[in-house]
Formats: sequence, C-alpha cells, structure tokens
Amino acid sequence: MEKILMKGNEALAEAAVRAGCRMYFGYPITPQTEISEYLSLRLPQVGGVFLQAETEVAAINMVYGASATGMRVMTSSSGPGISLKQEGLSALAIAELPCVVVNMVRGGPGVGNIQPAQSDYFQAVKGGGHGDYKVIVLAPSSVQELVDFTYRAFYLADKYCNPVIILGDGMLAQMMEPVIFAEPDFPPLPPKDWIIQGKGRGERKFIVCFALDPQKLEELNLKLQRKYRLMEEQETDFEVLGEDDAELLLVGFGTVGRILKTVVREGKKEGIKCALFRPITLFPFPYGQLKEEARRVGRVLVVEMNLGQMVEDVRLAVEGIVPVFFHGRTGGMIPKVEEILEKARQILRNEVYHESRF
Amino acid sequence: MRVVFERPRTLIKKPFTYCPGCHHGLAQRLIAEVIDELDIGAVTIGVGPIGCSVYIYEFLNVDFVVGGHGRAQAVATGIKRALPDRVVFSYQGDGDIGAIGTAEAIHVANRGELITSFFINNAVFGMTGGQMAPTTLLGQKTKTSPLGRDAKVHGFPLRLAEMLKVAEGSAYIARVALTQPHLIKQARECIKKAFLAQIEKKGFSLVEILSPCPTNWGMTPEDAVKWLEEKMIPYFQLGEIKVKEGDFNGAS
Ligand code: SF4
Repeated sequence: MEKILMKGNEALAEAAVRAGCRMYFGYPITPQTEISEYLSLRLPQVGGVFLQAETEVAAINMVYGASATGMRVMTSSSGPGISLKQEGLSALAIAELPCVVVNMVRGGPGVGNIQPAQSDYFQAVKGGGHGDYKVIVLAPSSVQELVDFTYRAFYLADKYCNPVIILGDGMLAQMMEPVIFAEPDFPPLPPKDWIIQGKGRGERKFIVCFALDPQKLEELNLKLQRKYRLMEEQETDFEVLGEDDAELLLVGFGTVGRILKTVVREGKKEGIKCALFRPITLFPFPYGQLKEEARRVGRVLVVEMNLGQMVEDVRLAVEGIVPVFFHGRTGGMIPKVEEILEKARQILRNEVYHESRF
Repeated sequence: MRVVFERPRTLIKKPFTYCPGCHHGLAQRLIAEVIDELDIGAVTIGVGPIGCSVYIYEFLNVDFVVGGHGRAQAVATGIKRALPDRVVFSYQGDGDIGAIGTAEAIHVANRGELITSFFINNAVFGMTGGQMAPTTLLGQKTKTSPLGRDAKVHGFPLRLAEMLKVAEGSAYIARVALTQPHLIKQARECIKKAFLAQIEKKGFSLVEILSPCPTNWGMTPEDAVKWLEEKMIPYFQLGEIKVKEGDFNGAS
C-alpha cells in the first residue's frame, strides 16, 4: 500500500472520512484547525456536511443532534475548546450517543499557549464534565497511529454508543510523517435501532439526556457503569518494549511514549537498562498489566508533558509495591532524551530517594 | 354526524401536567393541530429544551430529541443537516432561547437554518421557581429581582423576535398570545406559516408565544391573563414581525 507524507491533523481528518464520518461540526482553535480546514473541502466531496459552529458549545450540541440520527460524526478542538464541550459530552454520555472528539492538547491552564502539552489527561480520563460518566480515550504517538486510532475511535463509538476522545497534542497535530491508509475493516456492529428519523409509520422514539425519577437515574447510571466495565475488559490496550533484565520501567503516553523509545535505545548504549510501558487506552487504563510489569522490573519512572497527572493512575496501578518516580515538563516544553536519561541514571544510582514529583 | 371538534392525532392521550392557567398545553395543542393539518407527523422531529417547556416530548406524538439547556437549536441544526427532508422544530422557554441559548438563536437565524422555533415567553424562569428572565418586564418582581426589575441594574427586557428579524437568514417571525379566541386563531395561522416557511425552504422561522405563568407570577389564572394583556402585550407587540417573500438565500 502506498505511503503518503501527511501532517497529523490532515491525516486524522482523512482517516475520519474513510471511517465513514459524514458530519463534522467545529470551531477554529490552534493547533488543530487544519482538521476543520481539510474537512471543509473533503466532506462535501463525499456528500457529507461540514459546518463551522458559532461556539464550541454549539458544535458539540450539533454533534449530539447529528448522532441522534445515526450519522457518524466528529468534532475537534484543543484544551480551552474541549472545556466548553464538556457540557455536551456529559449529555452524549447519558444519552448513549456515539461520536468522536479530538483534543490536540496545548499548554494550559487558561488560554495557556499553543505549544504541545499533555495537561488535559485528567479532563479526558476522569470524565471531564459533570456526573458519573466515562469516555474511551485513545492516545496516539505517531501520525500513523492518528490514522489507525481514528478508525478505531469510530468503531468503538458505535460499538458502545459512547463518545470516544482521541487525545493528541500540538506536536502530533503539526508533524509530517509518511502514513498508510488501510481499508477500515470494522467487525460487525450492533444495529442502530434507536436512531431518530421521524416516526414514519412506526412508533415514535425519543432521546433525552436526563431521568427525573431518582430510581430510574440510578438504574441508568448502573447500566452505564456496566458498559464501562465491559470496555475495561475488552478494549484496554498498551505497548511494552525492552529487555527482560530491565531495571527501570519508563511509563509515558502519546508523544512522550515515543520519546521514551529513544531513551530505551540510547540508555542501552551506556548500560542503563530500561523498559517502556506505553498506555494506548488512557480510559480504560491498563492497571493490571502495568502492575505486572512494574513488579517484574522493580522501579518506575513516569514522564509526562504536565506536572503529574497520569502518574496518579500509575501509583494506583502499582499499589505501592515499587517506587514510582516522576519527571514532568509543562507549558509547551518537551522533555529531552538526555534529561530523562539523567533522571534514570540518578534513580539507578540511588541518588533520588524520594518519589520526586519533578 | 359531523365531527366539529376532536383531539389532534399528534396529541398523546394523557392529561397535561402543567399548572392551572399555564398556556404551555394550549400552545402544544396548536402545534399538534398544525402538524395534523399539514400531515407531517411522520416526518417531524421535535427538539426539547430544559425548563417547563421540556415536557412537550411527553405530549406530542412525534420523534423527539432533548439536549442541554439552551442548546435545542444547535441540536436541531445537527438533526436538520443530517436529515434535510425532515421537518425539525424546537420548543423553548425564555431562559433557554433568550438567555443561555442566545448565541444559538442568533446564528440559526443568521444561517437561515431550515428549522422552526417556538419560543414560550412568560417573563420568568418557570421550572426553577420564578427567577428573573431576560424577558422580565421593568418593575416586575421575581425571586431574583425582589424589588422589581431595574434597567440600571438588570438591563431591559429582551425583544428577541425583533433582534432575529434583522438576520438575513430568517424568513418568518411572529409574536402571538393565546388569551382570546381570535388570538388563538391567529396564533394557529402563524404556527402554520412558520412550518411552511421551513417546508418551502424559505429560511429560519420563529413564533414567540406570550404565555402566563400564574404559579410564579403569584396570580390566579384569570389575573395572569389580565396581566399578560395589560403589561406584556404593550411591550411585546403581537403580530407578524417578518414575512420574507421570494427565494431562499440561507442554509440548505
Ligand atoms: S411553572 Fe409556570 S410555566 Fe411552568 S408549568 Fe407552571 S405555570 Fe407553566
């Protein structure tokens, strides 16, 4: 299959169209605007709809309406815009409507800046909006994975009738890499027998985002939780890399996961034996598998482009059986291979006694 | 025997749960009658708001989608863009469309979104218990303007229908009340014209329906009707505010 050189944002947008996405609603924000730009031309070519909304809030609610009709639909944004979409995401979750939401994370908090960051981890994996809900979160680390995970995101959204977030960052969004577009090959999906199209000759249907009776709302919440448990059983994904005799387990997702691969390679040259654990699904998080690896290796160093978010899940995973160290950069700063190696050296020389945060 | 009066087919057979003297039930019945008359029940999708208006989905026998507070017109946009040949309407209160959903209201009108919005204006937040709405009249006492609405503090009652008139994409805008039989007849006509503006692809359409909220106004149903006629109608004047002829030049 032919390899094409493409920018992350555009590759993701093309993958969405190939995955059957026919509707997109969004609002411009750096560093993800090329997704909108690409789809504004591409979707009409395949009979789809591109609409630039007046606000992020309107965009996610247009997604809600479109999803209710059974269309594959997507929106994309970056940190501040994703914050505005949380109201709608919470509604989509309770109404059990599928959609794909892309967050090309930039530096925060507030308007922050437009450089790459991973500081929206909590927002993505812990619900983000109000109420007890979860969305599946996929963390790509290359332009090829932006393509492959976009396919997967649309499949999972339809499989579980749930929003799926693709959590990228400004670096993945803007970088160019060769990609291959395989034919999306979705396993059979449940029929969308709940969609709203006008009742025709049949019984009328409705989709709402509330249950005013407390008993009903509790039942609905429990049903959602059963669905989330199923996601944990069936969809948890991660990558492990490195030698059996590793002494330090490096943990990082997305762009950092990619940098850590170089750290493993470079470290080996000077006898620093590291292994890599890269969570691919951030929800569901690979708690059990990570614990096994951590137990085997003995010490853990978590690296993130934030000041300590996923590290909390790593600590939950390892349940205190091994020490967990942390190295974080923020504000759009990207951790360098050498600084991570230096941290690794210090840990292995027992120079870092505390489970330092930075 | 000739049938002169019957329940509209589109009205589900169950008693309205609105307060005595509330006009939500009447407004919804009129919408149901027009849906029957135009024979569009099979292809109509309603979009509910949050607030007392939301209960419409329990009473009208058409497909319904309800999203968040103030978002009905964005939800309706998503539906209409997915299914351009369906008839899509939103039904919203003054808080929903006139406060939290103003951005959506202005932009569906400006895009000429081919949807119809019904806007129940009762000058208060009903469901939350009678707080000041964007449409609360000057001097009107509410739970959050206990000394009466003061323009210097709270600004002026919002005439949303007039605001949306200037949007190029709006095709039909009217304001009606349901306090007299002849007004009810006019309202029914306006509702029909609003649906037709959508069906004939002329642009966005809106009917604002002035409605009493006796519960939160602290009045008997009779006094509430009187207050609506004496206080609300002079400020929110009734009639067709915009009737656009000719070809459509908004969203398709
Ligand atoms: S609170 Fe007001 S608007 Fe709501 S049902 Fe009662 S009278 Fe009607």
